[in-house]
Formats: sequence, C-alpha cells, structure tokens
Amino acid sequence: MSRISEKFTTLKNENRAGLITFLVAGDPDLVTSQAILDGLSMAGADMIEIGIPFSDPMADGPIIQASSLRALIAGSSVSNTLKMVQIFRKKNTITPIILMGYYNPIYIYGVVKFCIEAKVSGVDGLIVVDLPPEEAEELIKPAKDQCVDLIFLATPTTDNIRLPLILEYTSGFIYYVSITGVTGACSASICDIADAVTSLRRYTTLPVAVGFGLKSSNQVMAVGKIADAAVVGSAIVQKLADCLTVDNRPKSDLVKNVLHFVNELATNLQLTVNLK
Amino acid sequence: MQSVNITFTNPDNRGHFGIYGGRYVSETLMPLILSVERAYRLAKSDPMFINELSYYLNNYVGRPSPLYFAKNLTRAFGGAKIYLKREDLNHTGAHKINNCIGQILLAKRMGKQQIIAETGAGQHGVATATVCALFGLKCLIFMGATDIERQKPNVYRMKLLGAEVRAVTSGGATLKDAMNEAMRYWVTNVNDVYYMIGTVAGPHPFPTMVRDFQSIIGKETRMQIMIAEGRLPNYLIACIGGGSNAIGLFHTFLNDKDVHMVGVEAAGRGLQTNKHASSLNGGMPGVLHGNRTYLLQTTDGQINEAYSISAGLDYPGIGPEHAWLHDIGRVNYVSVTDDQALDAFQQTISLEGIIPALESAHAISYAKVISRDLSLDHLIVISLSGRGDKDVPTVANLLADGYS
Repeated sequence: MSRISEKFTTLKNENRAGLITFLVAGDPDLVTSQAILDGLSMAGADMIEIGIPFSDPMADGPIIQASSLRALIAGSSVSNTLKMVQIFRKKNTITPIILMGYYNPIYIYGVVKFCIEAKVSGVDGLIVVDLPPEEAEELIKPAKDQCVDLIFLATPTTDNIRLPLILEYTSGFIYYVSITGVTGACSASICDIADAVTSLRRYTTLPVAVGFGLKSSNQVMAVGKIADAAVVGSAIVQKLADCLTVDNRPKSDLVKNVLHFVNELATNLQLTVNLK
Repeated sequence: MQSVNITFTNPDNRGHFGIYGGRYVSETLMPLILSVERAYRLAKSDPMFINELSYYLNNYVGRPSPLYFAKNLTRAFGGAKIYLKREDLNHTGAHKINNCIGQILLAKRMGKQQIIAETGAGQHGVATATVCALFGLKCLIFMGATDIERQKPNVYRMKLLGAEVRAVTSGGATLKDAMNEAMRYWVTNVNDVYYMIGTVAGPHPFPTMVRDFQSIIGKETRMQIMIAEGRLPNYLIACIGGGSNAIGLFHTFLNDKDVHMVGVEAAGRGLQTNKHASSLNGGMPGVLHGNRTYLLQTTDGQINEAYSISAGLDYPGIGPEHAWLHDIGRVNYVSVTDDQALDAFQQTISLEGIIPALESAHAISYAKVISRDLSLDHLIVISLSGRGDKDVPTVANLLADGYS
C-alpha cells in the first residue's frame, strides 16, 4: 500500500480529516526551507505538498508567486526539490510527500527521468496544475510505472462529463479546488464545498482533499468535518513571508513561527470529528 | 521529419500541430475553453456570423487592405519587385483588429459581459478596446508596467476608448507577465469573462481561431497579386512575435510549394546576447500559456524574459503552428536585429512616405537581404502589419541617444 493510501486509512481509523500543508521548495533559501520541511510532520502535518518553483505560476495568487520567485532567486530548481525530499526521507519514512508544480520544468527535466528520480527520492504523489488529463498521456505511464500517484484537480467548473475522465487517471486522492480562482484568493462558502464534496463522492471512492482559499483554523475545521483532508498553502506561506527581513532573509524565529502556525491548524483539526 | 507533401489545414481535434499546441491549462479553465471551441465551431459555419464578420471587416475595418507596389523600395533594394500588404491602413492601424472583430462577435454570441486581453505594444489592446466600445462591452486590458511606460500614446487611446488598463508589475512587467495576469483574472471570473487572446498562441482553439480570422490577409493578397501580376509571389515575408500577422499571410499559400515563406523574429541586440526575442532560433520546446511551443528558457525550464526594440515582438514564445512549420521546414525562420529594423524603418519612411511599425520593419529589413540576390521577375510580398506612429517617440529617443 502506498504512503498516501496508508495515511488515509489511518485518518479514517482515527475518524478525522488530515492536514496537508504546502511550501515552495527553497523559499526563502534551501537551508531554511529544509528546516521547515523536516519539522512539519512533528508540527502535525499529515501530508506535505512541496511546490516546485516556476517563473510563471499562472494558477497562483500573489503570495505563492512571491514565494516561487524567492525560491528561484535562492537557486531552487527541480533537482533541489528532489534533494530536499531525499534529505527529509532519511528521518521520515511515513509522511506522504506530494510534489506540486507546472509542467514545463518537469518536461524540460525529462518526464521519465523525473518520475524515476522522484520515486527514488521518496515522492509519493504528483500534481501538475497546467496538465489536464487530455494532455497528460506522456506523464501518466511513467508515473504509473514508478507507482507515483498522479493527482488531478476537480473544480467548481468541472462538469459531470469531465469528472469521469479526471477520475479515470487519478490515484491516491482527488483534489477539489474549492474556488474558481488562484491560490490564496477569497474563500468558498462551506455549504458550496459540502455540496461539491457530496457530489464528488457519488463518482468516486477515492479520498477527497479540499484546497485553495482555506486560510483560518475555522475554515480548516469546517472542511475537516466533510472532506478527508484540508490543504493549506498561501496562509502558511504568508506566515513565512511575515518572518522575512526587507531583503528576504529569514528572521531567527521564522521556522518556529511557521511550524507553530501549522501546529495550531493541526491541533484544531485533530479535535474535529469527521462527519462524513 | 514528415513528408513535404502535407496538406496544411487544421490541427488534430485537440489542437495539436505535430507535438505543439494543445491545451495546457488548469482544470478550472478547461470546461470554459471547450465551450469557446464549441461556440467557434458553430459560428464559423453559420452564414449569419460570416455575413456579420464580413460586414464589419469591409465597412468598419476598411478591408480589403491595399497590396501596394513599393517602387522606391524595389529600386533601393535592387532586386525583386517589392509589394507591401498594407495592414497598417486598417482601422486602429494594424492587423490586430481583424481578429478582434471576429472574437467579439463570438463573445457576443456566447453572451459574455466583459472582455479581457493582454497587450504588449498596445496594438491588440487598442483593437480590443475599440471593438468593446463598438459593441458596448466592458473592457479590461492587462499590460506590463514596462510596456505602459514605453507605449504611452496607446495606453491613453485605450483609456479614451473606455477600457481599464491594469498595470502588471510581476516578472519583467512585459507581455508574458500581462498574459499570466490575464489568465489569473480569467480563472477567477470564469463565467462572465471572455479572454480575447491577441495572437496565434494560447490553448486550443485560440491558435487556430486567431489564424482563421487573420487569414483574410493572405486570401486578399492572393487575389490582389493575381490581378497585379497574374501569378503567385515567390516570397512572403512577415515579422513574428506570437506570429498572427505571419500566419495570416502564409496560411492560404502553405500548399503552394513554389511560394517561399520567411518569418522574421526579433534578434534584439543579437542572438549571441541574451537580449533577443527569437524563440525558434534561440529557444527550445516547452509548455507555457496553454500550449507547447518553442520558448526562451533556462536549462531548468524557467522562462526567460524576451527583449526587442519593438514591444510587439517582445514575447518569449511563438504560436504552435509556427513551431511545427519550422520543424517540418515549410517556413524559413530568420531573425533581424534592432539596428537592422531601425534602418529599414527609416528607409521605408524616407523612400515610400510610410511609417511602418518597428515590428513590420523587421520584415522589411529581411526583404532587403534576400532581394539582392533576386531580379525583377521575382515577387516579394511583405506584410506591413502595422503603422509606426506609436513608435515615433521610441525612435526619437533612440536616435537622440546616438543608437545604431
């Protein structure tokens, strides 16, 4: 069983939803980013999404755009991202790692080579934001060969005709984007999310994770009642950004503050009973 | 490599030209893009749509645009007969309006309330703002802050036309960043907004649809040159940023194997520097802005900033159909530097009394290069894609600084 499936089984047994946290690899620098990554699980993250930085993050709002840019300036890249996972895996063999990014850096790295090295490094899942299933053929097989879960997104605009296509190629879990918009934008109403999750479950037995626009503990707890996992990205990255000097250097309490914020989200979520 | 006896028509049903093109967008946009494709497929075979389109092209844009025999340039270049396809004489001063008329009629059919667009030099922004004024739709233009600074007259024109111009400060604050921001706005306002892409790039169906709307340039040229010379031209030459005026001129002739075609990219300060915009001659295939095509990028797959004297060519990608025509060798893609374009700009003004856009001056410059080896029984048609009034302040500054 994959780490992702094992994690969702554990969550189910504990009758709670999981917390998926996001960070961009190498923001604000490789050492600090590694320190955050290494501390996330202890702080309460059930799964970790790592963003591969890209120069043109079209699906991201200002917070993650800035994060991506800081990472690139700090010298981050696809190979650095994989290296971070390797280092993480030396101490943690349980927490699932999902890489999230745009297709071009992966395509240029070489899709097959990327999938092989991702697996070897300890990556469990892959989300490629600008690669809909129609264009994903060249990634689907190499990912499958390496048993790396390919996770496609469902959104409020996804209709009943497209949903089966998305589900056909998705493994691990389905990621529901709760808003029409970029990351870190306004939040959807919890009723709308509940309706969407309910209708997704009619089509799939895969766990459902909800992300985009979840900022506060209250929102995370509300989503925790209805979905299998809640993804928090921009809010965590904003915490990180708040702990930078004017020239984007980390203040001494950056790692502690970011992990403290994650711990708060996780603790509240762990107290939330899943009602599904 | 594919055989040269290909019939050049359309991409496959998912918008692929060979390995290029396609639809690389987030899931949120996919259903919407599919609905644009459906609406366009219905519209292009609807006589009402076709009639309305020709009505506006003829009576509002001022088509057909003349095919002008440039006798002074012909003499000066000392070789082939030079014809200029005068897209600069269109309403709003460039070929961009051909596409905008087509797309706004489509947006209206789809019941969209707001039009958004990206712009580099401002020509597409002005054309978009113009058709929005004409049809009473709300218009929001995304433009890089750097471009706003160097294209002030066009920014003011857009505002007069009632458009909101939103300055984009991310990245290098040029066309690529404006396109990122337009896509972000689109994904956020997915139901009400129509994204009027200005070139033959982006997710399918845009590269094909924009090409179809621009192919009027080549269709008219074919008829006009037959009347003037009784035969097809030997060469077609057009500048390429995204490549919409070029594909517009070329497309009708792709199956005429004796018609040579040259696409001219911007070499900026030179291909050996990193200050250029030649995606084909200085880039490699990748994925950006919804399609796979040649891109200026690092070995890590990060997109580089493009550079050209001409804001309209300042884009790190190129339309996917051009990428394909390049790979199969049907069109020859070359590049011309800022200095060469500036020379051609001045020469066209002084010899023909025509101020070409700096973009179009790239094409004229390359005509000079090949004309030397040809004689008067050869015919060259150059796409004069736009007029250069917008560039006069830029050129004045450069010449005052002793550029060249």
